Amino acid sequence: MTLSVRGLSVNELVRDVSFEIGAGERVGLIGESGSGKSLTALAIMGLLPEELRAAGSVRLDDRELLGMSEKDMSGLRGDELAMVFQEPMTALNPAMRVGRQVTEPGRIHGRRRSAEELLDAVGLPGTARAYPHQLSGGQRQRVVLAMALANHPALLICDEPTTALDVTVQAQILSLIRTSLPPESALLFITHDLAVVASVCERVLVMLDGEIVEAGSTREVLTQPKHAYTRKLLDASDLEARR
Amino acid sequence: MTARVLRRVAIFVVSVLVASIVVFLFMAVLPGDPAQVALGVNATPELLAKTRAEFGIDRPLVTQYFDWISHVLSGDFGRSYVTREAIGPQLLDRLGVTLWLVGAGMLVALVIAVPAGTFAAVKHRKAAGAGVSGLSQIGVAIPAFLAGIILVQIFAVQLRWLPSGGWTPPNQDAGEFVRGLVLPALSLGLVQGAVLTRYVRSAVLDTLGQDYLRTARSKGLRPGQALVRHGLRNASVPVVTVLGLQLATLLIGAVVVERVFVLPGLGSMLLDAVASRDLLTVQGIVLVLVVGVLLVNFVVDVLYTVLDPRLRGS
Amino acid sequence: MRNLVIGGALVGLVVVAALLSFVWTPFDPVKVDAAHRLLGFGGANLFGTDKFGRDVLSQIMVGARTTLYVGVVAVGIAAVIGTPLGVLAGMSPRWLGEFVMRVNDLVLAFPALLLAIMFGAVFGADTLTAMVAIGIATIPSFARIARSGTLQVMSTEFVLAARAGGRSRLTIAVRHVLPNISGLLIVQASVSFAIAVLAEAALSFLGFGTRPPTPSWGRMLQESQELLTVHPRLALVPGIAIAVAVLGFNLLGDGLRDRLDPRLAAKV
Repeated sequence: MTLSVRGLSVNELVRDVSFEIGAGERVGLIGESGSGKSLTALAIMGLLPEELRAAGSVRLDDRELLGMSEKDMSGLRGDELAMVFQEPMTALNPAMRVGRQVTEPGRIHGRRRSAEELLDAVGLPGTARAYPHQLSGGQRQRVVLAMALANHPALLICDEPTTALDVTVQAQILSLIRTSLPPESALLFITHDLAVVASVCERVLVMLDGEIVEAGSTREVLTQPKHAYTRKLLDASDLEARR
Repeated sequence: MTARVLRRVAIFVVSVLVASIVVFLFMAVLPGDPAQVALGVNATPELLAKTRAEFGIDRPLVTQYFDWISHVLSGDFGRSYVTREAIGPQLLDRLGVTLWLVGAGMLVALVIAVPAGTFAAVKHRKAAGAGVSGLSQIGVAIPAFLAGIILVQIFAVQLRWLPSGGWTPPNQDAGEFVRGLVLPALSLGLVQGAVLTRYVRSAVLDTLGQDYLRTARSKGLRPGQALVRHGLRNASVPVVTVLGLQLATLLIGAVVVERVFVLPGLGSMLLDAVASRDLLTVQGIVLVLVVGVLLVNFVVDVLYTVLDPRLRGS
Repeated sequence: MRNLVIGGALVGLVVVAALLSFVWTPFDPVKVDAAHRLLGFGGANLFGTDKFGRDVLSQIMVGARTTLYVGVVAVGIAAVIGTPLGVLAGMSPRWLGEFVMRVNDLVLAFPALLLAIMFGAVFGADTLTAMVAIGIATIPSFARIARSGTLQVMSTEFVLAARAGGRSRLTIAVRHVLPNISGLLIVQASVSFAIAVLAEAALSFLGFGTRPPTPSWGRMLQESQELLTVHPRLALVPGIAIAVAVLGFNLLGDGLRDRLDPRLAAKV
């Protein structure tokens, strides 16, 4: 599998973004809030808010995703493409039992798997009959992850999956993502936290004001930043570390 | 969950009790002597006293209240001061007519509001959605009795498709019963449907912006499927609140529609009783209507618990 | 913005008609004129005449006065009683707030129409009983909106600061709470006004509102019923008048909500 993004623009909020992710690659997308990271992710998923339009090209192998019919696109979502969102407290349907929500991707795409099995895999045995409000934020994020991984996606996009969580829970979720993602699956990991990028990703893209300003291996970018903005990000995170 | 429901039951019972006292005091303390009304201005003092004793209104208020409410609880609403007939059986009869009308009106309202409101929300950026919203705005502004007058003019007078009024009991002639119910139910339901459309629209619009709907789509559901499978149940919580308030409005709105269509319901009974200053009958009907409203509120409260699992925990 | 303009224009139309009727109407609205009964549209009587030969337009204009009078008094009663109750419920200890809201729910069980009919049964129905009944029945909406607004304001930092600074509850209520919930209350007033107009029309239609000969839109409709087949115009004109007033106040309420509270505007 290869995801190849070429000259992607979303209105004026994302401009001329290009990158490529191959099978099994873990790529980080960093930048501060409002830099266009989430919009880039939503554009790939075809889930942009109604008032926004994506232009350019997003190809999954030889299929062009931009402009694909809703019917074909929904056939990919939850199957080959999956996403974990930032806010676990609101990402789940409050009126539906967790088990039903977890098995839904399977039902939609015709691969039946039991809720117990899926929930066991993310360390939540025996929660199938719970409602989301009975779970903690970290547990809910595990549920979201279980849903995203249910069909072994070729590409998993995580949009700040740990930002809303406590520090200890963050670490658990991160290691869960690392261990439970099939090795052949690609990962696009959006975050503003450089420590997280360093622990999860081998390659990193830096985004500023809707454009990618720097790209390279995580080690390279974090140790020898070329762009002034990346240096600023690094300084800021250093300050945080020292505090 | 049981604690919550029990609490609601307690609130309901206390509310009914307080409401019955209010209704009783209102009718008992305020001016007007039922005996005088029943006998006319030429009654002798002896006859008046005798009639007061017969009505039981010469006793202390507290005794009167407990006597009244204990009888009401066993289904005995007393005898009319004017016709001297038992109020209970007639009240029950009339209540049946009103409930048919309200039920049919609610059905009309729902059948209009759920699709129209959902459509208006989904297409809220498009002209068609705005059009539905605009129509509902106008619908809200048309009183039920005006809708009734217009419907009669079109379907009864001009087209002669349906009767302009009157009532056929369902067990007497089911076809006529339905034909007779159509226009009253429409005039009651169209307006409420317009009101409800606005609430359905705003509830669905609210749901459309929720994160879990995006999650549902990220699983591979198309927008419509995501809305039906994940959105509607959540959107129904605020709508059910309004529905409860609306049922109350419909119950009272039925009074007016019954007058337009000459239906023998609770409303026309109330108006007749008021016209003949038959206070005990008024008292009984008002109690039934008020308890009806309270009952609806109670049921809505319990329904919440069913619809929103978050309320079951605490 | 569009709501505000259209709503304002419709309400303005009703207000101007009502004000104008104090100094001028085309004809005497209550003058019976057997020679000019049931005239149609156009002619000297623009909207025609009713079965007693009274000028319909003049009646509509004076009827606007009745409608606004009832609305102002009813909404006034509701606002003056409901607002302090709601603010009190929002500022006082939980149990007291709960109690006020329970009482509020109980009042909700007596809708305007029912109350007005009860008042009518006891005192004899007229404009006064109608206004008071509609007013009392509207108290809960004000109390509810005032309470939820107050709860919001009470949790803001500037109120916490004021409380920490030892300001009395009354001072906080008057200086901080009321100004901040005034937007909500104005919107509620507009929406309640629309409901009051509908209730007054329904009551007059049933004979529990304004008494003859004072013109009222609801009663004009009721009087038109027997002649409906021959002269639908007589129902149409007051019907449209009612719809215009209700639509106007509803749109005005929506427009004001958009203007005064952008957060709410996004939702509704």
